[in-house]
Order: sequence, then C-alpha cells, then structure tokens
Amino acid sequence: MRVIIGLVVVVAAAFAAFYAWAYHGEMPPERSSAAHFDPGAIAKGAQLAAVGNCSVCHTQSGGKPYAGGFPVETPFGVIYGTNITPDTDTGIGAWSEAAFRRAMRSGVDREGNHLFPAFPYDHFTKLTDNDISALYAFLMTREPVRQENRPLDLMGPLNWRLSAAAWKLLFLRQGAYEPDQTKSAEGNRGAYLVEGPGHCGACHTPRNILGAEKASQAYGGGVGEGWHAPALNAASPAPVPWTTEQLAAYLRHGFADQHGFAAGPMQPVVRSLRKVPNEDVRAMAVYIASLTGGDSQAAQRTQAALDFARQREAKPWATAGTEGRADGSAEREPSAGAAIFAGACATCHHAGGALPVSRPVALGLSSTVHAPDPTNLLHIILDGIHPPLGTAGPMMPGFAGTLTDPQIVALAAYVRGQFSDKPAWSGIDTTLSTLRQKPQPRAEAP
Amino acid sequence: MNAPATALSRRRLLQTGGAVIVSFAMMPRGFAQDAQNKPVEPRPTPQLPGSLRNAPMLDSWIGIDAQGRVTVFTGKAELGQGIKTALIQCAAEQLDVAPQAITLITADTERTPNEGYTAGSHSMQDSGTAILHAAAQVRGILIDLAATRLNLPAAQLRTRGGAVHAEDGRSVAYKDLVTGQELHRAAQPQSPLKAPQDFTIIGARYDRIDIPGKLTGAPMYVQDMRPDGMLHARVVRPPNYTAKLTGVDSAAVERMPGVVKVVRDGSFLAVVAEGEFQAIEAMQALSASAQWQAGDPLPDADKILDIIKSFPSDDTTILNKGAPVQQGFRTLKATFRRPYHMHGSIGPSCALAIYEADKVTVWTHTQGVYPLRNAIADMLHLQREQVHCIHVEGSGCYGHNAADDVAADAALIARAVPGRPVRVQWMREDEHGWEPFGPTMISEVSATLDAGGKLVSWEYDVWSNTHSTRPEGPAGNLLAARYLATPFPQPKPRAIPQPEGGGDRNAIPLYTIPNGRIVSHFIPQMPIRVSALRGLGAYHNVFSIESFMDELAEAANADPVEFRLRHLDDARARAVIEKAASEFGWQRNAKLPRGRGRGFAFARYKNLAAYCAIALDAHVDRESGAVRLGRVVAAVDSGLAVNHDGIRNQIEGAIVQSASWTLYEAVTFDRNGITSRDWSTLPMVRFPLVPESITVHVIDRPTERFLGTGEAAQGPTAAAVANAIAHATGERLRDLPLSAERIKAAIGP
Amino acid sequence: MITLNVNGTTHQVDADPRTPLLYVLRNELKLNAAKFGCGLGQCGACTVLVDHEPIFSCLTPISVLENRYIRTVEGLGTLEKPGPVQRAFMEEQAAQCGYCIPGMIMRAQALLEHNAAPSDGEIRDYMAPNLCRCGTQMRILRAVQRAAKAMSAGLDRSREARQ
Repeated sequence: MRVIIGLVVVVAAAFAAFYAWAYHGEMPPERSSAAHFDPGAIAKGAQLAAVGNCSVCHTQSGGKPYAGGFPVETPFGVIYGTNITPDTDTGIGAWSEAAFRRAMRSGVDREGNHLFPAFPYDHFTKLTDNDISALYAFLMTREPVRQENRPLDLMGPLNWRLSAAAWKLLFLRQGAYEPDQTKSAEGNRGAYLVEGPGHCGACHTPRNILGAEKASQAYGGGVGEGWHAPALNAASPAPVPWTTEQLAAYLRHGFADQHGFAAGPMQPVVRSLRKVPNEDVRAMAVYIASLTGGDSQAAQRTQAALDFARQREAKPWATAGTEGRADGSAEREPSAGAAIFAGACATCHHAGGALPVSRPVALGLSSTVHAPDPTNLLHIILDGIHPPLGTAGPMMPGFAGTLTDPQIVALAAYVRGQFSDKPAWSGIDTTLSTLRQKPQPRAEAP
Repeated sequence: MNAPATALSRRRLLQTGGAVIVSFAMMPRGFAQDAQNKPVEPRPTPQLPGSLRNAPMLDSWIGIDAQGRVTVFTGKAELGQGIKTALIQCAAEQLDVAPQAITLITADTERTPNEGYTAGSHSMQDSGTAILHAAAQVRGILIDLAATRLNLPAAQLRTRGGAVHAEDGRSVAYKDLVTGQELHRAAQPQSPLKAPQDFTIIGARYDRIDIPGKLTGAPMYVQDMRPDGMLHARVVRPPNYTAKLTGVDSAAVERMPGVVKVVRDGSFLAVVAEGEFQAIEAMQALSASAQWQAGDPLPDADKILDIIKSFPSDDTTILNKGAPVQQGFRTLKATFRRPYHMHGSIGPSCALAIYEADKVTVWTHTQGVYPLRNAIADMLHLQREQVHCIHVEGSGCYGHNAADDVAADAALIARAVPGRPVRVQWMREDEHGWEPFGPTMISEVSATLDAGGKLVSWEYDVWSNTHSTRPEGPAGNLLAARYLATPFPQPKPRAIPQPEGGGDRNAIPLYTIPNGRIVSHFIPQMPIRVSALRGLGAYHNVFSIESFMDELAEAANADPVEFRLRHLDDARARAVIEKAASEFGWQRNAKLPRGRGRGFAFARYKNLAAYCAIALDAHVDRESGAVRLGRVVAAVDSGLAVNHDGIRNQIEGAIVQSASWTLYEAVTFDRNGITSRDWSTLPMVRFPLVPESITVHVIDRPTERFLGTGEAAQGPTAAAVANAIAHATGERLRDLPLSAERIKAAIGP
Repeated sequence: MITLNVNGTTHQVDADPRTPLLYVLRNELKLNAAKFGCGLGQCGACTVLVDHEPIFSCLTPISVLENRYIRTVEGLGTLEKPGPVQRAFMEEQAAQCGYCIPGMIMRAQALLEHNAAPSDGEIRDYMAPNLCRCGTQMRILRAVQRAAKAMSAGLDRSREARQ
C-alpha cells in the first residue's frame, strides 16, 4: 500500500515537475509599425524565408500569402498552417520579437501554448538571433490578412498541447547552430542553411513512431506531402552520385542533366530558392553533397550509370521491322507495359530523332525510377509535371484519364525493369489506389 | 471609248433610294492582253472605291446564276476574324437578297480579284467597301433591267428578297434578269447605296456562318482535306538558320513502312509516306541520321537590342514640327524595349499541293494567295498561270506566320511525287522555331511639359527591323527556297512607308503637340527571322507612348484620362476615351486597396483606322509579382459597324492575346538557335490568368467608312496593363514582358 | 487489328498499335473535330473523352483503348441537332478561328458531367490545360456556364416529365 502511495506521489511529482518545466507564460501583446524595420533586415529576412519556404505551409491553395490554412498531413492527423501575417487579431501582429524568437527556438506561441513539431522548430532553433530578427522584420512587413486559424485535427490526446511539450522533452535540442571547425566557411554556411531554415531533414529524414527525425539515419529518406523524399546520404537512389555542381544546378534551375527535373514538392522549393543568392544555394549544395560521406568510386559509378541509361533508351520508331532497342535486338512480343510505354511515353522519352526539342533526361538516370517505392513515379504518371501558370518550365502531361489502373501498374513495372537494375516494386496497385483517391491538383498560380 | 458617268450627288442617291441609271464607262483594261496574249493585271482606277480600283468589273465580285444563287467573290481570306460573315452581310444588304442565298468565294488565284494580303486590318476597308459598292451597283443594274422588262420607270421599282417588285404587284426574280453578260461591266465611282437607316442586315445580329461547322466536325480547315491518294509529308529542318545539310541516310528511311520517298534538295529535306504516323516516324529517323555543318552563331541574347541598334540603319524623320523645346520646363525621358514575339498559331501551319500536267495547285491558309503564287512560281521556275493557290482556312495566323512556308514545302514535295496530293504538316517545334517573329524593338522618348501641364515638345526615336518579309514576287522570302541546292537569296527588306508604317506604325501620337521630332530607324540586317505580327510596330509604339503619357500625367499632377483629353481635338478619339472611362467608372485620383491598380490607354490604329480606348484594373501579388487582370472595359469606333459581335470578338481576343504577350511572352534563343520551341518554353496565358471580365462597347457610326479593327487593341492593352502595374506598385516597368520576376525585383522584398 | 468504340460505333482499325488516337480519328475514321496542335500534351486541341475523362489523343496510343468508350465532338451532336455544349458555344459565338474549340467542347463536356454547376473559378481551373491563341476565353467561359444551365434545366424538365 505504501508502495502504491509512493508511486502515486512520485508520478505526481514528476508530472508537476514536467508541468512546471513545460509551462510558458503569455508574452504581452505588442504593436510594431512596419516603418520601424530596417530595409536591410527585411531583405535578409526575405532570403531566409525563401530558404525556409515558409509560404508553402503557411499559405493555402488559392489563398493570400502567409495567411495560413494549408493542411499539413502527419501520421497523427492534420495540422493547419497558421496565419503568420501581421494581422493583430488573427495573425502574429501582436507578437513582440521576443515572442517570435521563443516560437522559433522553443516552439511556444505568444500566449504560452506549445506548438506541434509539424512546425519544424527542431530546425528553426538553429537560427542565429540576428537571423531570427531579420525573419521577424520580414514577417512584420507583409500584408496583414484577417483569417482565423483552423483548429487542430489530431487524434485523441494529441489535441492536448501538453503532448507537444512531452515530445520536446524527448527530442528538442534548443540553440543556434554551432560552426564546425572542420568545415570551411562555405561548408558551415551550407550546413547552417540546410539544418536551420532549410529544414530539409524534415522531409528527407525518416521519423520514429513519435514523429521525430531519426538522428542516426539523418537524410536517409522520408515523406513530404504524399511524395517520397529520397535519401540524400549514402543510401541515395540516384544512379549517378550527386556532385556539388549537379546539386547546385538542381537547386538553382530545377534541373540537373545527370538526374532530371524537380517534381512535386521540390518544385516550390526550387522556385522559392530563386530569391536566394547564388553563393548560398551553392553552399547548400556543398553541404548536401557531403552527406553521402564521399564516394571514391564516384567517377566509375557515374560512367556506368550513364552507359546503362544510354543502353536502355530506345529509339521510338520501328526500323526495318525491329522494335527499336538501342542494342538492335528485336522484342519478340513486347509486354503490356512495354507496349504502353512505346505508344504513350516514347514520343518524348526516347533518344533518337530531333524532336522533342524540350527533352526529358534519360529515365535510366532518374532517382524516381530507382527509388525504393513507386509513389513518386505514380504521382508523375497520373498528374504530370507543370510549371506555374505563365512561366516557362518542363511540362509533362498527366495520364490519369488516359490509362486505366492495370495499364499504369504494368507501365510502372515496365519502367522499373527497363530503366533500372533494382528489384521490382511490390504493391504498385495498392499505392496507385491510394493516390487515385487524392483530388487532382489544380493549375498552379504563379 | 469613255462615256461620261451621269453626275450625281451623294445626297440625291440616298434620297432616290436606288433607281439610278448606270452608264457604261471605261471598258476595262483589266481584260486586255499584252503582246504575248497574256492577261495583264488591271491598271488601278483610282476613283473607284475600295478594291474596285484594282478589279473594276462588277462580275469579278458578284454573280447570279440561273437558280438565283448569288456568288460573291472576295480576294480576302477568312482568318477567324469573321470576314466571310461580314462580307456576306454587306452584299446581302445592298443586293436585297437573304444572306443564306449567298455563296462567298474567298481568295483563289483563278476565281477572285487580287486584293493582296488579308492584313493590316484592311479587309473591310478594301473588300467590304468594294463589295458594298459592287452589290449596290448590281442592284441598280437589275432595277434597270427590270424597268425595261416591266415597262415601268426605274424609280417606281423596289428590290426585296432577290427580286424586283413593282407597285402593281408584278415582280421579276434576279435570276430571270441576268441571263448573259449583264453584269460584265465596269463599276462606277458612285453607287446607289442603301441608306443606313434602311439597313436590316448590316449592323444587326448575324451569327458567324462558319461557327456551326467548326463545332460539329465539318471539314473546315486545310488540315481536314483528304483528297483521294493523298500522301503525308514532314520536313526535317536544320538545327538553326545557318546550318547546312552535309549527309543523310535516305535509303534506310525509304525502307521504313509506308515511306514513298525522301526528298532532298540542298539542305531542304523531307519525307513522304502513305500514313501520317508513318511520316512522323520517318521524319524522326531521317532527322537522326542527318548531319549538319554548323553555320554562324546567333548573337548574344542578352545584348540583342544593343547589337541590332548598332547595325547600319536607314533613318527617316517622319515628323518634324516646330523646334524641340527643353530649357526652363519639365522634361522627362524614357526607353522602352520589346523582345521578339511569336504568332504562335495554335494549329501549326499546313498545306496541300498537287503537281500534275505541268501545273501546281496549292491549298493554303496564306494571307495572300496572289503574292504566294508569284513566289512559288518563281521558286519552281514556272509561269504564274501554272501555279494555282486556293485559300482554305487554317488556325488563326495573326500576321505572316509559316503559312506561306509550308505552302512552298508542299509545292516542292509535290513536284517530287507528281500526280499525288501531298499534305505537309509542320510540327509544333517547327512553328515555334521557324516562323517569322514580330521584331524586337527599342524606343527612346523625351517630352517637355509647360507650367500648365501641357505638352509642348515631343521627341521619339524607334529602332526596328522590317515588319514584312512576306513573299511577293521573288521566292527568297519562302523559307524552303533559301535552303535549296541553288538557293534563292532573301530579298532586301524594305520599310513600309508612312502613313501605314512598319516599325514606325503609330509612332506619331495622335495628341496635339506643337513641337515634335520623330525618327524611324529602319535596320535591314535581321539576325533572326522577322515579319508582320498583328499590329506591327504599333504594339510597341503605343505601349511606349501610352506608358509615357501616364508618366507625363503624373509629372503634371493630372489624371491620366483627363491628361489625354487635354491633348486631343479629334472628336471620335475623345468619344472612345470618354466612353471607356465612364463605362469603367474611372474616378479621378481613385485610391485602390494595396496591390490593386488601374490603367488606361488609347490609340487610333495607324492614326487612320479604328479608335480604341481601354481601361482596366489589376492586382499585383506582393510576394510573387504575379499580375491578375480584373475588369477590362474597352470602347472601339470602327466607323460603320457591320457585325457588332464580330468587332467585340476581335477586340476581346486582341486584349487577351496582347495581355499574354505583355505579361508572359518572349522568344528565347542562344548562340545555337531558337530555344523556345513549344508551349513549355514559351508560356502563353491560360484560363486562370485571363481577365475577370472584358466588356467591349462599340460606337457605331453608320455614315462613316469602315475602319480596320482587328489590330486596334494590341497596343492599348499593353500600355493599360503597364499603367495598372505602375499604379498598383509605384514602379514603372518599361521592358517587356512585364514578368512576375521583373515586377517582384522592382517591388523589392 | 484493334477494336475501337468511337461515339458508340465499333471500328476495326488496322494501324500500328503505337499510333496516337488522334491520327486514327482523323485519317482512318475521317473525323475532323479533334485537331493537331502540338503533339506534346501542352495545348489540348486534340482533347477527346475516354471513359468520361478528357485525354490528349495526340499522346494516347490506340493500344490502350480497346474496350473503352471514346467520344469526340461528332458524338455530342450534329449540325442539325447540336448537343447542349455545342449549342451553348454557338449561342455565345464562342469561336474566332475555331481551331481549339472542339478540344474545349470535349473538356467542358467532361467537366459538366462531373460537376453540374461549376463556379467560374472551377471552370477556369478545369479548362487550364486547353490553350486558345485567338483569345476567345471569355466567351468559352460564358458558353460553359450557359451549357451548365441548359443541361440542368434539361435534367429538371426530363425529371418533371417522368413524374
């Protein structure tokens, strides 16, 4: 009996300690006029916001910038990005800089409520004070929009904010990024941008059962907005090892000629990075390239991958009766997937002939084709790739209406087998069914 | 030989309502023959209205057969602008027949008058006028014939429903009056035109005659033609303008399924097959084996305007008035730039041709069947009579696109497979890469205001390549002709002189300015293929002038609309401006919410054609710089408005098209060639970006002559958009396109 | 030999199975409405319906179309008896050169079969894959709205008639 009472007391005490630790007071509301902010700070904040791409989670489809409403899907339910415009009632207009800094470093809002780590403060905590000031200056000079935040839609006890405090106790290491003496200035800059505002790991690192990034598998691949975010470390599926140059080109232009075009959630990331100076984009590329830990066989693997891709590409037309394979051999009876590819895809995805002029990169080089699961390839087959309206950019039409489910499954299996030497995907049909239930994306606003 | 025409006043003509004696005048020289017994082109008869001056015989324009079917001939072509419908309305009205009784034959070198090009917004002015008058004169002749038949004075007869009616109830149908050569006589300078107040067809709603077929799968386009034995062809074009074909494995391609022949002449390379998909695959195979020797690189795209400006130029002072005034007053300067722009026809160009019995027949969507015929004859070393060009509709062309080039391709290929019709279809990449573009242009303007806010001085310089490399006589303006083993040289480009103008079209503002000097710098050297694109230089000049007028208005502390009115005496110009402004609800010094702006612009196309004013509002997204167009209100004065809806359709379309050019479009290129080769590399406006609404108000002036309308909105739209952006953001952008990126860079973080 | 069901009629087509549907429609079946605009899936001039979905016939090989329900403009109505979408386009005079319009009509037909009362924004988003160079978009939007009203009025009337 004494044991039970003792346990209850211990648990209660622990809980009280936890509660005391977790408690944050409200910070008083403060109104600062947009005119107070230094233009230099605003400009720097704009760049940081571009690296962090705040807009993506804090702007809903067709909505006003930063006014919130975007559904962030987590394994625990949906959290809606909040209104971070300087509206005093519904946005962060009444937040002092100190309150903003507390949110970024510790994940606590002005009123003292814990924020869920869908807002990646585990990354933003690494920002320097100056950079947090600059971001504050940027946000406070945006167009105020009156738009109420949508309530949480998480499962059960998670709606209780204190669960976020528990999460932080386990997983949040607060504090700005500490430069690594073994890295160059550029290397540190890149690490800071990627680990801090860039929060790339939030998609590209697998998470544990409590939704925290697995530190031991950093950049080992994850999910973002229903897409697979490929591994950026040694487990990268890319046939050609990523170099700094290729990464810099990809991040700058959305295109790397030994890999392919940015698709899905990476498209807005690349677009946003256009506001970021070249040196910073390059620094990020330097850091990300270093994640693979170096590859002494890189040159040979690159050549082998290029050769393989070239060998597997076909000319689209039948010459003198042979089904065109680059190696000249004839297909006896093409598989269903091969036939679909030859008719629907090879018009553009081929190596011979002058057209199309806007040419896709060889599928044999594609990370999407080499990825551990078919999610991204199915996304692309269904919906295609589209630039924002009124802008130039790679276009691929979607085949959601053109092909039936069995046809898409056959096609995906064929593409995997023809353009990679990886094992066949399993469960293509179930993945496809899940994706078919999502609404088709609307034409993107510029 | 000449009998004098009866002297008639216009007033008397209108009063008598049509019973007029038409005398025989001036036997046509048009059917004269020269020493070799070849028909010569008729010599112009200047006092005849519209195109009658080049084709004075009435039966060149109007025919009535034994069944009462009326055939009207026009040298103009339907481009989707509704000209067929409008011309039928004109003829039906003046002839007093039901429009349904009329068959309109368009541009055909063996059947219709030569009206040059369907271009420059001339169709109603030239052909409409001719048909209006010819039909009225034919009606006059029919009345005279009936007067004789019925033994009644002509003044007592009326026409209605294809017959002449007497008051006593007797009538004679037109078909019973015209049994021989009654209509084979020359037109008169004056016509017994019906009075506008009596119009029941002109100005009334009359639906486009071509639309129903186009919406129900009728064969309406040259692309839909399928004569027996037709072959499909595709051309393999070089990688860029200057590459030369050094080798190709034709034999392997000729073994491919369905392939009939590979055609090669110098660097012109094409393949002909039985099936269309077979032709496409063969073209790909052919292009894969073709070897090209690189030629000269293109100039540096970043410096293109500096480079063009540095080339030798022919300078013409097109306005020299008073003396430039600068000291002691407020002077503003600005420079405006425009990139190369595409026609971007939605259907890439297509033509059919057949070569048999020493004659080539070409079915083409060219804007000018006669000039094309002349050029093709030159290219094939044939007599002009051996080439027959027939206009069949294509998709909208908006100027000199690749229609003539594909016709030349078809003629060349047809010659290689005599006796079989050949259909050549350009690919999307061909059209994007090889069509002649609207030239890149730069203008520099300087103007001075007096203390009262009135303009006292205006200086304007504009630099441009030619705006016309249309095929005329010599073959060298046909693309294929320049790539043959014995190539035809491209003719030296000529400037289109004022008052029409090319690069200097609309370079002279309509505003009243006491002192002005305007110089047009015509630059013959064309590193990139250029020709006429809707509006020609007017797009850029009106963009420049009307943007600058807003800058001046701001400096004068004046409302943009009021500032324009301050400088305009032309009553019709004032009327369109006031109409657009009032319908829009233009308020002086209106304060719009942040990010919203409104813009206004006005021009009279060529200072000769239609008047157009546009007011619009727009929203600029602060974060991305993207522009969303809101309400657009336009007012247009086309003189006598035959088909109001047709005018509205043209203006609405021009507004959307010009907004697309202005906000999104530029041809791109690098040293190796044109890089904008499809809609992914040259984006065009799509539905979500089209304005919220467009309303066009037509000011009808039934007693005035026709004013060309098709191109009138291009320039004002560009300036109205630029002005709205400036109003919304406080930033003035002068380099087209006004892309989101440029706007964002100007706005800042 | 591939069996295609076009507008309710079965056709035996002897063509390479890789042939895009567009060329079979136009050449073998002599149907004019669907047009070649780009061959790249960028402009929509070739749009037809397959199993009630709008597709780019320029990029759809006939090999994937056996036993599927293909509809073109010719299947929606004729000159004498146009269907409601065609009629709406005629009433709004929603065409200039008209080349893009069959593709627009098919896409609009699909929209209205999925959504009987689309808003202006929904129409714009749905029609975005189709280009019009002449700038007829405003009329096309009005025509789609007009067709929506006519089609639901037609449904109401036939519902009433059945009661």
